[in-house]
Amino acid sequence: MEVVTSIKPFLAVLVSAVAVVLILASSRNPDLREFWSFGAAIVKFLIVLSMTPVIMDGKVIEFTLFTILPGIDFGFRVDALGLFFATTASFLWIITTAYSIGYMRSLNEHSQTRYFACFAIALSSAIGVAFAKNLFTLYIFYEILSIMTYPLVAHNEDKDAWEGGKKYIVYLVGLSKTALLAAIVMTYMITGTLDFKEGGIFTAGMQPVLVTLTYVFFLIGFAKAGIMPFHNWLPSAMVAPTPVSGLLHAVAVVKVGVFSVVKVILYTFGLDAMGLFNLGIPTAFFVSFTILAASIIALTKDDLKARLAYSTVSQLSYVILGVALLTPDGILGGIMHIANHAFSKITLFFCAGSIYVASHIKKISRLNGIGRKMPFTMAAFTIGAFSMIGVPAVAGFTSKWFLVIGSLQAGSIALMVVLLASTLLNAAYFLPIVFRAFFKEPEPGSHTEQVREAPPFVVVPLTITAVISVIIGIWPDYFLEIAEMVIHEGADIWKAH
Amino acid sequence: MSWTELYNHHLLSIIIFLPLLGAVALLFMKNERLIRWWTLAFMVADFMLTTCLVFKFDSTTHRMQFVERYGWIERFNIDYYLGVDGISVLFVFLTGLVGWICVLASWTAIEKRVKEFMIALLVMQTAMIGVFCALDFFLFYVFWEIMLIPMYLIIGVWGGANRIYSAVKFFLYTLAGSILMLVGMIVLYFKAGGSFDIPYLMEQKYEFTLQAFLFILFFVAFAIKVPMFPFHTWLPDAHVEAPTAGSIILAGVLLKMGTYGFLRFSFPMLPDASLFFAKPVIVLSIIAIIYGGFLALAQEDMKKLIAYSSVSHMGFVTLGLFLFNKNGIEGGILQMFNHGITTSALFLCVGLIYERTRTRLLGHYGWAAKLVPWYAVFLFIFSLASLGFPGTNGFIGEFLILLGAYEEYKLYLVFLIIGIIVGAAYMLWMYQRVAFGKHHAEGGHEIKDVNLREVVAMVAFLVFVLWVGFHPVDFLNIVDDSVAHLISQVKGGELLTEAAVEAAH
Repeated sequence: MEVVTSIKPFLAVLVSAVAVVLILASSRNPDLREFWSFGAAIVKFLIVLSMTPVIMDGKVIEFTLFTILPGIDFGFRVDALGLFFATTASFLWIITTAYSIGYMRSLNEHSQTRYFACFAIALSSAIGVAFAKNLFTLYIFYEILSIMTYPLVAHNEDKDAWEGGKKYIVYLVGLSKTALLAAIVMTYMITGTLDFKEGGIFTAGMQPVLVTLTYVFFLIGFAKAGIMPFHNWLPSAMVAPTPVSGLLHAVAVVKVGVFSVVKVILYTFGLDAMGLFNLGIPTAFFVSFTILAASIIALTKDDLKARLAYSTVSQLSYVILGVALLTPDGILGGIMHIANHAFSKITLFFCAGSIYVASHIKKISRLNGIGRKMPFTMAAFTIGAFSMIGVPAVAGFTSKWFLVIGSLQAGSIALMVVLLASTLLNAAYFLPIVFRAFFKEPEPGSHTEQVREAPPFVVVPLTITAVISVIIGIWPDYFLEIAEMVIHEGADIWKAH
Repeated sequence: MSWTELYNHHLLSIIIFLPLLGAVALLFMKNERLIRWWTLAFMVADFMLTTCLVFKFDSTTHRMQFVERYGWIERFNIDYYLGVDGISVLFVFLTGLVGWICVLASWTAIEKRVKEFMIALLVMQTAMIGVFCALDFFLFYVFWEIMLIPMYLIIGVWGGANRIYSAVKFFLYTLAGSILMLVGMIVLYFKAGGSFDIPYLMEQKYEFTLQAFLFILFFVAFAIKVPMFPFHTWLPDAHVEAPTAGSIILAGVLLKMGTYGFLRFSFPMLPDASLFFAKPVIVLSIIAIIYGGFLALAQEDMKKLIAYSSVSHMGFVTLGLFLFNKNGIEGGILQMFNHGITTSALFLCVGLIYERTRTRLLGHYGWAAKLVPWYAVFLFIFSLASLGFPGTNGFIGEFLILLGAYEEYKLYLVFLIIGIIVGAAYMLWMYQRVAFGKHHAEGGHEIKDVNLREVVAMVAFLVFVLWVGFHPVDFLNIVDDSVAHLISQVKGGELLTEAAVEAAH
């Protein structure tokens, strides 16, 4: 594979880190401060975009800063998978910045400078994870992301926020310092390197017990992926302001988790080793439990954000399930779902925030008739919900389609049943909300009467993400082509089977 | 003798005695302002010389460099014999760095008897660097003992309320250790036919029973200094009562003397016994790591918390050293250096906040992020370094030790990781209690953020936190050859039975 050396990935990471300084420096001038956020977001997106042609040519971009230890560099490597995730995350940062301005200013939130600064660092680290050259670099950015999102989660600084923040940090840092660190040490000792490589670095002839143990430690260590039983931090983190929940807990943080798992499956273990040590299908069955259980829990939640949180837990495992199938379409579906879920779920979170800004309602049971008062918001919500369910012509359909085909390729009817059953569950917990909003009469005495649509800074972003959800549902080509580059690399292996 | 000649041939002597020279001159000064600047100037000059030493150091050999040797007490074959290898040069440098930061840390904190305090600091500096440079066992012992006195005074005169108790406890523990070392030293002297020459003593072969006996003597002496479980109880007392500079010296340099002793004496001179006792020492280290961590978790006093965290961190060091593989020993040495940087920085942070609030109880804080944001940023970074956050020095050290432990015996990983997670718990919890929760200090006091002097001191530490964190190769290169040589000294040595020794005679 041809390697191009370019500083671009480093710049993409650096942009928002530089923006932090500017954001902090202009804390007294909110308009200027938000200008820096916007500017950095756009520049970052353009840098990521400018790397696309090179990657689509079948090349990879590398940039090594320096060597940490023999065999371990601190450096970046852009491949199709990383580009896919970085494109999604950096684009959504632009939208979220706009939304954050609307949300934070309408609610007159405190500590907005800290908020925007932490947000920028979080994005830097998410891109750092996407472009990490090896596990070591990935680990650095992964940990920075955990720590720097803590102020965002605990933003409200009340008792709930401290509790939620504590749980967040204990789960994420706790598991990454135990299981993930152990997995990295074991990987290094077994293979002598931590680099990501097409086809993986694990080979036949290694001790199956150790390899399996390493793999299990990876799955546990990447707690951001929200695999049960290590998912509890996610619902607690919903105490955060809604834009945080939107970008971080639908895009950056949780997707960094599943992205890391996918990266490790494809580039550290490799499809050969995954098959050889029989790790793929057991993983798929293991995460199936999360898919179903989280959906069932979501049914019981009346708090809108809590329901969305459990929906996220469930949907994240789709990605892992798809990749763990180890079949071309399964992997394609899994990777596609990173983007599809991101666009749709962020729409849903934005809607939840919009409802809160306009009416201060958090409970689903109080949403009767709100659709007529907030038509844009609830229309967008409906699109997002359809995408989650997997209704054709909306984003989620594409990924589910590939996932189902992938499960058939893997010869597992049971996994296909899991996917279909979860579709029903998705419908069961999303459609009642839509029904309530549009078709039920407001309860007498509720103050839904006075509710008006949220301010444009809030409504426009969520309309954009909803529209994009539809567009990438009808024309999935852009993301599909990048995702196909990923499985292109594994093509030889499938031919051999 | 010209200046260049002095610089080229007597660099170690200059580095050792420059602070003492400064101390002598201080005797004739009265103005406190002048005294402070004078001390700072000498410490900075000394630091610059240690920097030159590191740059002049040739890291492609394990041999002793900058050697100076003159007869001293010829009747007993005692020489004034100095030299450094890759291991000691790193700690000479660390001592140089810590020296001037200690002066900055005491700038306003020490209000009474400034002159005497600064003299104590300077004498301490001479003794500490002397310990790392000495290649004559007797000379080593002299420097080792000289260290006791200024340290005793620093704790006993300028310490907190319970200072006398702590100072005496410190003195007795350390003295007990050095007496055992003295016995061991004399035995070695006679066994080797009357020599205190350390490189010569390393080349000798001793029968196993003697090695075991000497190992235990040295072990207790050094284990007290480290301090290893169960000899650690003097440490929290000494730290809590010592003024900030005292704590920094203790954590930054004195604790390293113990592990340095293992590296310089126990391993190369007593290789068979070192290998034989490796397992029990590792068990003690694991106890220290986990028990020390839990003790830290239970502390309400910020300084005590960091003191107990030292016990845990030094457990990592001793464990790494006694693994006797490259990753383990290099990780151990690097972690000694890291602990010197990070823990000193944390004690500095404690000192700063104590100076402002006159309390060290964590329950009284909670406003740092609001009232003193820059302080909060520094404390945050040092806390992360202490818990081994990737990208900081602590991570590299721990990582190497983990690699070494995995290589030796996979299950060690489990215990180490428990230690690491407890470490993350007490550091993050400490940080939370210092930084978050309250919007006002008690009694509505105005609390000032860090000033330039304090920033300079903390940035000096910060540089090394990140330097080691992102580019540890610079530091590992220095010790590489010396460690390889050390491992060959230990593992190359075959077990000599007493019969074989007799046959050789």
